[in-house]
Amino acid sequence: MDAPIIELTGVTKSFGPVNVLRGIEFRAYPGKVTALVGDNGAGKSTLIKGLAGVQPYDGGEVRFDGEPVELTHPRDASRLGIEVVYQDLALCDNLDIVQNMFLGREETVAGTFDEGRMERQSSEVLRSLNVRTVKSVRQKVASLSGGQRQTVAIARAVLKKAKVVILDEPTAALGVAQTEQVLNLVQRLAAQGVAVVIISHNLQDVFKVADYVSVLYLGTMVAEVPIAQTTYDDVIGYITGSKTYTPSGAGA
Amino acid sequence: MTANTPNTTALIPEPQNDLIGSGQEGGVADQFRAWGSRLRQGEMGALPAVAGFVVLSLLFTFLSPYFLTERNFANLLTQAAELVMLGMALVFVILLGEIDLSAGVTGGLTMCIWVVLTDVAKVPWFLALLIAFAAGLAIGAFIGFFVARIGIPSFVVTLGLFLGFQGLELIIIGTGGNYQIQTPAILAIMNNNLPVWGGWLMLAIFVALSLATSLWDRSRRTAAEVPNGPMALVWIKSGALLVLGGIAVLLLNQNRSSSIIAIQGVPIVVPVVLTVLWLGTFVLDRTKFGRYVYAVGGNAEAARRSGVNVVLIRFLVFVICSFLAVGSGLFSAARVGSIDATAGKDIVLSGVAAAVVGGVSLFGGRGKLVHAAVGALVIAVITNGLGLLNLPSGLNNVIAGGVLILAATIDALSRLRAGGSLFRR
Repeated sequence: MDAPIIELTGVTKSFGPVNVLRGIEFRAYPGKVTALVGDNGAGKSTLIKGLAGVQPYDGGEVRFDGEPVELTHPRDASRLGIEVVYQDLALCDNLDIVQNMFLGREETVAGTFDEGRMERQSSEVLRSLNVRTVKSVRQKVASLSGGQRQTVAIARAVLKKAKVVILDEPTAALGVAQTEQVLNLVQRLAAQGVAVVIISHNLQDVFKVADYVSVLYLGTMVAEVPIAQTTYDDVIGYITGSKTYTPSGAGA
Repeated sequence: MTANTPNTTALIPEPQNDLIGSGQEGGVADQFRAWGSRLRQGEMGALPAVAGFVVLSLLFTFLSPYFLTERNFANLLTQAAELVMLGMALVFVILLGEIDLSAGVTGGLTMCIWVVLTDVAKVPWFLALLIAFAAGLAIGAFIGFFVARIGIPSFVVTLGLFLGFQGLELIIIGTGGNYQIQTPAILAIMNNNLPVWGGWLMLAIFVALSLATSLWDRSRRTAAEVPNGPMALVWIKSGALLVLGGIAVLLLNQNRSSSIIAIQGVPIVVPVVLTVLWLGTFVLDRTKFGRYVYAVGGNAEAARRSGVNVVLIRFLVFVICSFLAVGSGLFSAARVGSIDATAGKDIVLSGVAAAVVGGVSLFGGRGKLVHAAVGALVIAVITNGLGLLNLPSGLNNVIAGGVLILAATIDALSRLRAGGSLFRR
């Protein structure tokens, strides 16, 4: 098996007297989809914000590609190639797809935009993700469906040559067909060698796309298990705390 | 597909020819159809305002024999200049969903400063003008600081300045005071004309600029191997500009004087306004600053997460607005030929109206400088036409107000048609 690209050991975070993360272990592998599940308040968001550099962890070790790293600012995460696609996608409705994908890092020639090059790269990234539903990259984002918006947000992350893409509830607000679209996109992203971390409440989705599932329960990682070696009921059990995970055979 | 390499640099594949569309495909007919469908979806831009301008012009031509004359055409342009300028100034702040109620009196106050400097302190007029524009920058920086940095709503800050500057004008000029402008160079902006060849040269330059930017865009697209739209479209666009501009220059080059001394040529203010329009449009459409103005106006949080310095952008639009407002004040002063203590008091809401009539959204993120220019022409044509008809001046504001509400209604209905809700935002 590949070495993990992200490896958290004993990570802690507390807000005042509340210990939100109590010594977390977490791994994500290149080319694999790791689902991060857990009930509300289990610490999923806090874990993600730490990886994004938005809310640094209090303690513990973060290894990226085997090297210990500090994630104290969004810049640190960005430099390593860790991209987070938040639930509120943060796209500008009044700009088109290309303009959104390149926002903040436009390609210029002599101080003015090189629209041709930006359009080409946007088109190529969307194609590499096998996107077929977008008619024109010059469409305003306002005219896109929820699934297409998610696609643009993810493509935006890929454009930065991300090595780790963290998706926060990517299918929460989507219909059936669009959910399917986004899940396909997640798999293609992984097939390109990106380590994908997907946060979801929808276990159906998780079982459809994930290679690993990591379960948070009240600030501790109660299970990290290959999806093939677990069941729907087991995962629900881990999430609600009614079952405890015991590594069976794996490595032992 | 190439071999499946787990290397992230392979994310962007080798150039392949099945790119996603870019709206440039097809011939001229397809492009026109696409444009038509965009119109139906509510992206009407300045079209309703252009239509309004044409209808009003036809109406006044029908009602008054003086309307469609070379002299009135030149008058209309000079009367509209200050409003066009102010409208364009306001577009920058309106694009962020902000407002500058003090833009009119900023022009008035800085002109008061200018006239006192030249008339009383005997400062050379050009130096005084530089000081006036610098004062405009300082006023913009003041507003920008309080809005972007301290976080006070722009409505409140600029309302305060709107009141305060009227007071300052009174203090500087004195109650009932009135300074005649003695500087020929300033008066010339509104009252003198380009030589006949100058008008044609101006037209040639702007057509060449339009053509050059289109060709530059095409060359960048060719270099990146993305499809270009039909070349015929570039010729149609430049040709239309050449023909319409040519008619305007030709009309303005006719002798429009009723006395022996000939008055002919394009008023000097026209190329000045067009230059500001072109430069401003260039900045908004083709530079990072311009793109970030739209981005912050569309979704400030998204812009912030993308690394845009939202505070700086918000600060700068107020600086630009106040700076251009000085230009509007200058045009106004030069047209009237004098400056009094109420300079710039009444024009600001007309400026906002010009932008809205032209199709700039007060919610931010949508609109162009040219929209405000067309909107200003619509409002100017109402004032001009009613003046020729000798109708009571009160009617002027009534009709301008009606046009404003009509324009806002067209905008709202077109958005409704585009699938949005009428009560969105």
